[in-house]
Amino acid sequence: MGRFTKILCIIVTSVWQAVPMSGEILTDSLSRDLDEVEVAASRIDKVTIPAQELGGAQLRRLSAYSVADALRYFSGIQIKDYGGIGGLKTVNVRSMGSEHVGVFYDGIQLGNAQNGTIDLGRYSLENMESVTMYNGQKSSIFQPAKAYASASTIYLQSRRPVFDVEYGDDFSETVKPYNVNVGLKYGSFNTWNPSVLWEQRLGEHLSSSVSAEYVTTSGEYDFRLKRAGGYDTTMTRTNGDVRAWRVEAGLYGNTMKDIWSAKVYFYNSERGYPGAVVREIPGKFANKDRQWDTDLFAQGSWQRSVTDWYSLQAQLKYAYDYLHYKSDPQLDVSTMAVDNIYRQQEAYASAVQLFAIKPWWSASLSTDFQMNFLDGNISDFSKPVRYTSLVAASTAFEWNRLKGQASALFTYVDDKADKGCVEGTKNKVTPTVVISWRPFESTDWNLRAFYKTVFRVPTLNDIYYTIVGAKPLNPEYTTQYDIGTTWALSRDGGLLRRIEIQADAYYNQVDDKIVAMPASNQFRWTMMNIGHVRIFGVDAALQSNWRVGKIGHGLRLNYTYQSAQDRTDSSSQWYGGQIPYIPKHSGSVIYSGEWRKWSWNYSFIYTGERYISVANIPENYEQPWYTHDLSLSRLIDMRDCGMRVSLEVNNLFNQQYEVIRCYPMPGTNFKIRLEVLL
Amino acid sequence: MKNKYTIILLAALVVLTSCRDENWYPGASLTAIGDVSETYRGLLLLNEGNMGSNKCTIDCYDYTSGTYNRNIYGDCNPDVVLALGDGGNDIGVYGGKIYVVVNQSNLVEVMDAFTFRHITQISIPNGRNLAFCGGRVYVSSYAGAAYGDTEYRKGFVAEIDTASLLVVKTCEVGYQPEEMAVYGSKLYVANSGGYCAPDYDSTVSVIDLTTFEVEKTIDVDVNLHRMEADYERGLIFVSSRGDYYGIPSSVYVIDVQTDNVIMHIADLPCADMALAGDSLYVYSTEFSYETYQTVVSYAIYDIGRREIVTRNFITDSTESQIIYPYGITVNKHSGDVYIADAKDFMTPGTLFCYSREGKLKWSVMTGDVPGHFAFIKK
Repeated sequence: MGRFTKILCIIVTSVWQAVPMSGEILTDSLSRDLDEVEVAASRIDKVTIPAQELGGAQLRRLSAYSVADALRYFSGIQIKDYGGIGGLKTVNVRSMGSEHVGVFYDGIQLGNAQNGTIDLGRYSLENMESVTMYNGQKSSIFQPAKAYASASTIYLQSRRPVFDVEYGDDFSETVKPYNVNVGLKYGSFNTWNPSVLWEQRLGEHLSSSVSAEYVTTSGEYDFRLKRAGGYDTTMTRTNGDVRAWRVEAGLYGNTMKDIWSAKVYFYNSERGYPGAVVREIPGKFANKDRQWDTDLFAQGSWQRSVTDWYSLQAQLKYAYDYLHYKSDPQLDVSTMAVDNIYRQQEAYASAVQLFAIKPWWSASLSTDFQMNFLDGNISDFSKPVRYTSLVAASTAFEWNRLKGQASALFTYVDDKADKGCVEGTKNKVTPTVVISWRPFESTDWNLRAFYKTVFRVPTLNDIYYTIVGAKPLNPEYTTQYDIGTTWALSRDGGLLRRIEIQADAYYNQVDDKIVAMPASNQFRWTMMNIGHVRIFGVDAALQSNWRVGKIGHGLRLNYTYQSAQDRTDSSSQWYGGQIPYIPKHSGSVIYSGEWRKWSWNYSFIYTGERYISVANIPENYEQPWYTHDLSLSRLIDMRDCGMRVSLEVNNLFNQQYEVIRCYPMPGTNFKIRLEVLL
Repeated sequence: MKNKYTIILLAALVVLTSCRDENWYPGASLTAIGDVSETYRGLLLLNEGNMGSNKCTIDCYDYTSGTYNRNIYGDCNPDVVLALGDGGNDIGVYGGKIYVVVNQSNLVEVMDAFTFRHITQISIPNGRNLAFCGGRVYVSSYAGAAYGDTEYRKGFVAEIDTASLLVVKTCEVGYQPEEMAVYGSKLYVANSGGYCAPDYDSTVSVIDLTTFEVEKTIDVDVNLHRMEADYERGLIFVSSRGDYYGIPSSVYVIDVQTDNVIMHIADLPCADMALAGDSLYVYSTEFSYETYQTVVSYAIYDIGRREIVTRNFITDSTESQIIYPYGITVNKHSGDVYIADAKDFMTPGTLFCYSREGKLKWSVMTGDVPGHFAFIKK
């Protein structure tokens, strides 16, 4: 290993680092399955910046369909879930708002310039290797400028092909040429979900992967509405059906100096909108709104170590998103006719240069450029084009047991629009400082702290859709201060094999928050930079692995405390109220185990009482909710293939709950899953 | 070891299960104010609630005891599934019954005016406003027959018989009808065309109540909204919201004898109005694209003198406490003016009570988005 690789190992903790640079892409798969959790956990640097990850077998064992379902188990995260497979699911990290969360798919950000949020309910876990959440930013400096540009980041890493090696009697090595994984899930709400993954080894340094899946569900489920001493009725949620296709194809290559990948992603769906459950005369005017989506993107990444002190990374992406929403009075007479089509396009390029100046010191420069186009068929639409340039300069050092990173992000945004108000140019520099210290060489105990200021640019909807001619909007700022500690212990024997504890306390501010305000009347709203939020919170997580006899156990605990106060208007009666849908207390427990070919998982989620408005009064009170999920699976060896059968029971005690007011969640539901591994 | 886990998990389960109170329900709350009246038994305030929140509620000021009762419907009607509903749009009292148009619930709720008990619900899709006359209730609705071009779909007015509480007749009117006014045997309907923006409707439909057919259409101005009838002079006041660009909000006057527009009060922007004697109380919330502020005014138009006598009938400078006026009514007996403040539309509003002299008498917290009033007579 040259100096470059060494330094890279120390500093760069990008997901790519999981794949060794020297072509040792083949690993022994027997241990792979068992150790996947540990492997996934060790490759992220949890010490420097608060990070949480679910990956490998643990992710597979969770009774989760989408990325959003898995993220519920992280501390500091609140999911807005409108229910069912088709219901919108957005994520809010440390109460700063979902527009401040950057979601990266295989290292490149998923964009939505229109409304700034990603529906994580659409991203399936079927071919996902790991889901990782970083507060602040990923603790790496060899990354695109966009990785610095969000208050929190979530990395979705899809599976990169890995092939088994078989050793012959004469110590010869035979590499398995392909992996094929065919799966079928069937579950409650008439859900069918067939999928296929085909990974092909095309040479010593080249492999390909195709993953496809189809999901269809009626989305119909019963829920019970009752009031003490009053009504008690069961209703059925309708128009929640979804059918969706996902096809992904990727090429993966590596040489001694390069590592690269290219991917095409296609998603197509049709879904109904069940709407809010409000009083109605049963069966009279059922919601019939529908939405069609097509998302397509192609992206490529390439990384090269040019010399032992200089390496380079380049990324390219093109994305096209089509959205069609229809509300048809011929189907539901009570509705207003809406037939809107939006087309978004995004082109993105990034170049990152990393300089290893000294063995203990490195620096990088990242330059990103992005164009967004939004086109719609609504009248008076501005058809905005947005140009975004991002430049990040960062540096990292490791001196004795002290590690530090500092970065500055320069953002330049320029909008051009046909009609209406043209949003001004923004030139801003925002900093991040990260520091961690390990007091004793002998103990894996660390102290850490970070400070980060970053903003989100108003979304195209904020500026061009709500009302034409609105006030020029300023960016919405977040400031984060975090101090924390981590402690880890690993042992080869005994009952407790590994334990990791991390705890962080933080203070965040959201300033110039973009809030919708009524203008001339309730039909005309305008966006203004008037909101302010102050957040104090504590995140704590414990992860442990145990071995009792031949049974392996894993236990993961998460707890979150958040006091998120609205500080918009000091003359308001509700000044200082807890902001909507943020519980003071929340937490989760995941217990998993395995014995021979059996594995099982129990998970529990608790979300404490919340209010649906900053007016923290009884009318806005929401009860706590908590669900218990169970899964059991078994591997069955056949002559030529393996098979895995899993059974899941979700919401075991049939709790009737709502994450969002008027959107009841499903009660007890089941899923059976069959996988054939060739 | 395994037992230990089981015990811990069960203990956790018990602790957490106790956190949820299945019997919990947000009930009514009472505020003592002390303002009593001889003429009226109560003042009802309908809080719209935000669309999709199912938070439409009714508050009632009890003039006998001088108390403000917030959110009375749920306590009086525990058996009505999901209480009053979603998106209230109008309230009225007629013949001992309370009628509430619950827009997003697509129904008209009928309650007893003494007990507030639910009597029945009448299916009206996308209902808007109420008018009463001759043992009949009239409800305007956006949801006319959806044939042909659904984007340009006319609204209708339903006639409900107060004895059977059934819709007996319907009559197609203009686009997206809003408020109505009855004069003699004629029903005047203000058509907004709000769904057709920027091609707003600009007409008032005149329905002959004997045949229940549109007998005349009066061309007024774009985006018509509110209506008040002056029975003494035979005048109908109708407000235009304007188009939010070049055409500002203003008020027009229709003479019921000729059914012609006889006057345009151009400098009287109007968000809502209430008539008491010669005084037409008008408040406005006009958004300015220059200052990006909502300009609020509280005017009185004197019908006899045909002039705006004041641009601010609040005389004690307390108008600064009102963030976003969203409803107005006048107690015709005492002359008290009530203004509902919807604030940010996300939190509870405030009801302000002003004396005839424009001095603040009292204010009280309401439900979310308060906007519509009705008096209950003794």
